[in-house]
Amino acid sequence: MVKVEVELKNETGLHARPASLFVKEASKYVSDVTIIKDDTEYNGKSIMGILSIGASKGDKITIKAEGEDEQEAAEALKKLVESNFGE
Amino acid sequence: MKGIGASPGIAIGKVLVKEETKVEVEKKSIEDTKAEIERLQEARERSKEQIEKLYNHALENIGKDEAKIFEAHMLILDDPEYFGQVENKIKSENANAEWALKTVTDTFVAMFENMDNEYMRERAADIKDVSGRVLKLLLGIDTTDFSNLDEEVIIVAKDLTPSDTAQMDKEKVIGFVTEIGGRTSHSAIMARTLEIPAVVGVEGILEAAQNGDTIVFDGDEGEVYVNPEEKVIEGYEDKKKKYEEFKEKLEELKGAKSVTKDGVEVELVANIGTPKDVEGVIRNDGEGIGLYRTEFLYMDRDKLPTEDEQFEAYKEVVEKLEGKPVVIRTLDIGGDKELPYLDLPEEMNPFLGYRAIRLCLDKTDIFKTQLRALLRASAYGNLKIMFPMISSIAEVRQAKKILEEVKEELRSENVEFDDNIEVGMMIEIPAAAVMSDLFAKEVDFFSIGTNDLIQYTTAVDRMNQKISYLYSQFHPALLRLVKQVIDNAHKEGIWVGMCGEAAGDPKLIPVLLGMGLDEFSMSPISILRARWIIRNTSKEEMEEMVNKVLNMATAEEVEKFIDENISVL
Repeated sequence: MVKVEVELKNETGLHARPASLFVKEASKYVSDVTIIKDDTEYNGKSIMGILSIGASKGDKITIKAEGEDEQEAAEALKKLVESNFGE
Repeated sequence: MKGIGASPGIAIGKVLVKEETKVEVEKKSIEDTKAEIERLQEARERSKEQIEKLYNHALENIGKDEAKIFEAHMLILDDPEYFGQVENKIKSENANAEWALKTVTDTFVAMFENMDNEYMRERAADIKDVSGRVLKLLLGIDTTDFSNLDEEVIIVAKDLTPSDTAQMDKEKVIGFVTEIGGRTSHSAIMARTLEIPAVVGVEGILEAAQNGDTIVFDGDEGEVYVNPEEKVIEGYEDKKKKYEEFKEKLEELKGAKSVTKDGVEVELVANIGTPKDVEGVIRNDGEGIGLYRTEFLYMDRDKLPTEDEQFEAYKEVVEKLEGKPVVIRTLDIGGDKELPYLDLPEEMNPFLGYRAIRLCLDKTDIFKTQLRALLRASAYGNLKIMFPMISSIAEVRQAKKILEEVKEELRSENVEFDDNIEVGMMIEIPAAAVMSDLFAKEVDFFSIGTNDLIQYTTAVDRMNQKISYLYSQFHPALLRLVKQVIDNAHKEGIWVGMCGEAAGDPKLIPVLLGMGLDEFSMSPISILRARWIIRNTSKEEMEEMVNKVLNMATAEEVEKFIDENISVL
């Protein structure tokens, strides 16, 4: 299991386009991807799950990956968030 | 019956009702849950095929923005959490797929509808649209199909979703009438895009109209008749014929000057929202753009547009206009137009709140990005910048100061732009109208935004139906303000335009001519009609009329006087 903590620095947080980009990226890996915010876990491959977090700019989230390609998955998702989703 | 005219023209035809199938779902006990899950999977697969088709159809026939909606639908259909929960429900409760789907969907919809963010609330509609599709497939219910029609129809519906309009056969659907919605709802916008007549917000229409009924309506006035007497149909056929004849007569005015009988030339320009609209402006022989509302560049997306994206849009418009004037208004967001991704706190009085220039002068990074894009585009044509919602001199000065800073930046980067670019402001707040003598020394032109000016002058919320009778462009207070603004502008030698609904109003055009308005900006489809009116009006005669109108006490009096003494239509 790999866990990384990241801060959302983009304008829109985990809404709209960033949320769908996150889902699309997470779905590329076989590992389970979970987002943890305020001790609650959300399915990282679920658009509705991610939208329901309501994470905004400045929030910190933990990305957890568990499975065969957990290292790659966590790495790629961390990069995506840190690139501000290309905004 | 009466609704809101959403797209002009007269339609006479047969009703096709879009069935609102009330899908009743009961919980049933299922033995073979594995087979039930497979049934769900199958419905999901078929939904995917349908949505893919709709996506492609929308992309080819309507546009990228419309197609995007189906991308979102696809993502929901692919959601493992959503369908995982449905499958769990089937297994854990030995339940049927329909009930499981409905129960899980209801929870999600309730959750999204309760969020205090408009973007999220809109997602609830997406979830409903998607789950409704899967549910209907599970139940074997046919969705009304508008893509394969044998005869011309007028669609009557509670409301039309993107799924409906995307598959509509443009040749056969000659109009639509909906029970809910306003001028800016999806159905209304689509009707105008497809150029078919429509009326929205007709209460009780679904009860009144049935398949095969004859329906007649006027997309301007909003009047709707179901199975009317022969006399009414004849009346509307006549009206339709006249409308079409008049349209032909107007065609002949393409290329003609917008000049009054006594030789005064004015400018007839168009309001647009996107570069796509330029087509309509050229088709209707507009002499330029009097208002390019840039907020659409910022709307229906999830982040701010970049400088380059904006530059491309502005450049496209000025280039297509080939040197004709293009007035571009800087971001006017807030009020009835929200940007979900800016996550602005909800306000008690958004129309009196943090919006337009107020937001731009605060979030200067957003403002500067737009000004840079505008200045860069000014090198490619005749571009003018206009600031909205100005209420104090300090705001104009501040906005101009920022514009100068941006110019300096571009100069130091050796980027080309029009250094003599005209800078103007909207007159839509009474404070600006009253002080227009001093504002006229600060800017190169005014454009009067009547929609907001009426709302602010008369303290009437233009969205509030209960008091809509108080909202009138014939209000003497408005007309006096307009006259005052025009006179003050001319004293300082600057020109005045008008870009609210009033500028295209056939009754007001002669009055505005008499007041000395220099530029009239309206929907492209109103331009030729306005030219016809102008060419049949004498400015000198109108000047006398204006003096009488300005001394009238009520809006009703003004309108009656115009009807009886001025109207040329």
